[in-house]
Amino acid sequence: VRRHYEDIIVGMSARLVVPFIQIYALYVIFHGHYSPGGGFQGGALLAASFLLMRLAIGTEVSQYHFHRSWGTRGSSLGALIFLSTGLLALLLGSHYLDYAALWPWGGATADVRSYGILIIEVGVALAVACTLVAIFDDLVGDEEEPDEEIETGRHVLRESSDA
Amino acid sequence: LKRLTLPVLIAFAAILLYGVSVLPNRGDPTSPSNRPTSEAGSPNAAAYYIEQAYRDAHTPNMVTVVLADYRGFDTLGETIVVFTAGLACYLILRRRPRSEPPA
Repeated sequence: VRRHYEDIIVGMSARLVVPFIQIYALYVIFHGHYSPGGGFQGGALLAASFLLMRLAIGTEVSQYHFHRSWGTRGSSLGALIFLSTGLLALLLGSHYLDYAALWPWGGATADVRSYGILIIEVGVALAVACTLVAIFDDLVGDEEEPDEEIETGRHVLRESSDA
Repeated sequence: LKRLTLPVLIAFAAILLYGVSVLPNRGDPTSPSNRPTSEAGSPNAAAYYIEQAYRDAHTPNMVTVVLADYRGFDTLGETIVVFTAGLACYLILRRRPRSEPPA
């Protein structure tokens, strides 16, 4: 998405709306125990908020909100949270993905299962959100023959991401 | 053959509508899918989920319990599918930094 298409009205309204989308996404993820929702839906909402920033203020500036390199890493981390939660239950002497084994010091197994569900929902949300943004970034790609202004901007971003 | 398309479609729609009209009501406890035991006498999963979901996981949303606990392995597969889709896009579409042309 080239910087020439930027519009101040679109940019400002997107910046106004995005925090509310993200709060709602977190609500959908963490309230999935009590109402319709969960990791997949909340993750899609979270990705929508980042993609709105990408479209409204340009891919270069929106790297500050969600850097290009986080997409694949985040989705890997989300899938890894899910996998390792199951593996941890296996290592603690129960079946794969049996969350009741995650808290071996006794107590209410039903509550432990509830928290186990929450952990994997967060993993699912992370995987879905980061994958969707990563696919968008892969499809758009880096701009060809960028302007000098954008080039210097990218330079600054590189340095800030290294720090 | 084209003149035959419409009657065939209408016939199929009629069959489908008839099938829908004789389905049991949603939430009917006497329907075969909601009975605690099936016709053959084996225990039925749906009735177990409805009765025991809150006791097993202390989560009011029954759908979440089925999705993430009873059918956790299935959800794990779904997450891996999403992850694999992202990985395939990464491997196929991501442009690598152009290396120096060979001298």
